[in-house]
Amino acid sequence: MKRFHYLKPHSIDEALALLNQYGNRAGLIAGGTDVIVMIKQKKMAPEVLISLQGIPGLDQIEFNGGLRIGPMVTHRAIEKSEMIRKQFPALTDAADVLGSVQIRNVATIGGNIVTAAPSADTAAPLLALGAQVKLKSAKGKRTIPTEQFFTGPGETVLQKDEILTEILIPHPLPNTGSAYWKHQRRGALDLPILGVAVLLSLDKATVACSDLLCTASPISTVLHSLEGEEVVCKEVRIALGVAAPTPMRATKAENLLRGKKISDELLDEVAEAAAKEAQPRDSIRGEAWYRRDMIRVLVKRMAMRCIERVLVPEETVFPVRLW
Amino acid sequence: MKQTINFILNGETVSVEIEPHLTLLQVLRDKLELTGTKEGCGMGECGACTVLVDGKTINSCIFPALEVEEKSVTTIEGLTDAQGNLHPIQKAFVEHGAIQCGFCTPGMVLSAKALLDENKNPTEEEIRHGIAGNLCRCTGYLQIIQAIKEVSGQ
Repeated sequence: MKRFHYLKPHSIDEALALLNQYGNRAGLIAGGTDVIVMIKQKKMAPEVLISLQGIPGLDQIEFNGGLRIGPMVTHRAIEKSEMIRKQFPALTDAADVLGSVQIRNVATIGGNIVTAAPSADTAAPLLALGAQVKLKSAKGKRTIPTEQFFTGPGETVLQKDEILTEILIPHPLPNTGSAYWKHQRRGALDLPILGVAVLLSLDKATVACSDLLCTASPISTVLHSLEGEEVVCKEVRIALGVAAPTPMRATKAENLLRGKKISDELLDEVAEAAAKEAQPRDSIRGEAWYRRDMIRVLVKRMAMRCIERVLVPEETVFPVRLW
Repeated sequence: MKQTINFILNGETVSVEIEPHLTLLQVLRDKLELTGTKEGCGMGECGACTVLVDGKTINSCIFPALEVEEKSVTTIEGLTDAQGNLHPIQKAFVEHGAIQCGFCTPGMVLSAKALLDENKNPTEEEIRHGIAGNLCRCTGYLQIIQAIKEVSGQ
């Protein structure tokens, strides 16, 4: 492997000063599960690596009102956080399926989004959860919604002299459920063919037909009952990974559902619209037509999982439905 | 420009002078001659290089050695007791035929240890999830899962 110097600053300001000092010769390293691999593959060749591991406080998860995630929080820490599982389950769904335990123990959420692979597992959930990122340089700070953060495969708005210092997720509306599905060939250590994240806020948390969600009843029967009880979608966000050059929101699909009564026909329309809006490409992991078709299937399934997470009381024990 | 790292290796304090670009795996194998830890893919995908850092499994082939400063590292050599007796997980692997060529075994045993340290009584699904980062091309995993189940008293 190519030689490099390895510096461990003890504060963000010290790290920013080093970034300015070394300019293009330096690279930042968090957990290193992408950076070291890219150096080994000769995709990058920094003379100096500036490690963020020695900076205290960047690995904290705080929840008061909104959620504040430090960039050095590992996927394992997210996977283990009961609070995140309860309030922002789409993020748990993503953290739990990234790489392996060994990778999740080291790989950070900040690193996952800064590397900006179109397949980044946390990107779609963060978009669906309405997350913002805080960036800091020696000149100042700025806060950017995640949908504006990604500009292309491996490219973001992050400047060479900037560091991502915080990820902020707003407190969800009442009766909100979120879910992420990583569509992959293997059960672990794979990149997604597709990532689908959905967030749904409903106008009520209890319905007479909630038991139906825990049975093997056909999805049309379940949705017909929900329609009968006039369950309304107050807010919806649909985010797709590996469906375009960057992680994307399916806003046209969202607009069809927002403020409307949930029904089987409407969810079909929404899923169809999301599939149309996506711009997937042919790659070794999947062809565009297949990805588009699976977006249609998975958007509806993730919407059902959101509904299940809102309407089925937490203590209910029932076999997990695939939807 | 060499740098010195100090860390606890299998219970003993060590101090090593290294080049800053080395991975933990290179330091363990080439500097400290602990060759129990294997290099498979070298890209963090196969888990043959798994060691514990502060009790958590990591892929040492993509872990910068300088990041173990003041941390505690456990390799497969650290699992036997002072008399050289095998760890119960190692014994169970031997008894269940969970080893064939042996190349994945050190990493697999350490993943099993981290899993059982955290969850004394894992379900089969939790065991599979816990060792998903360790590839074995010989056993088909069944004997490994049985060995881990036995250690957890199932």
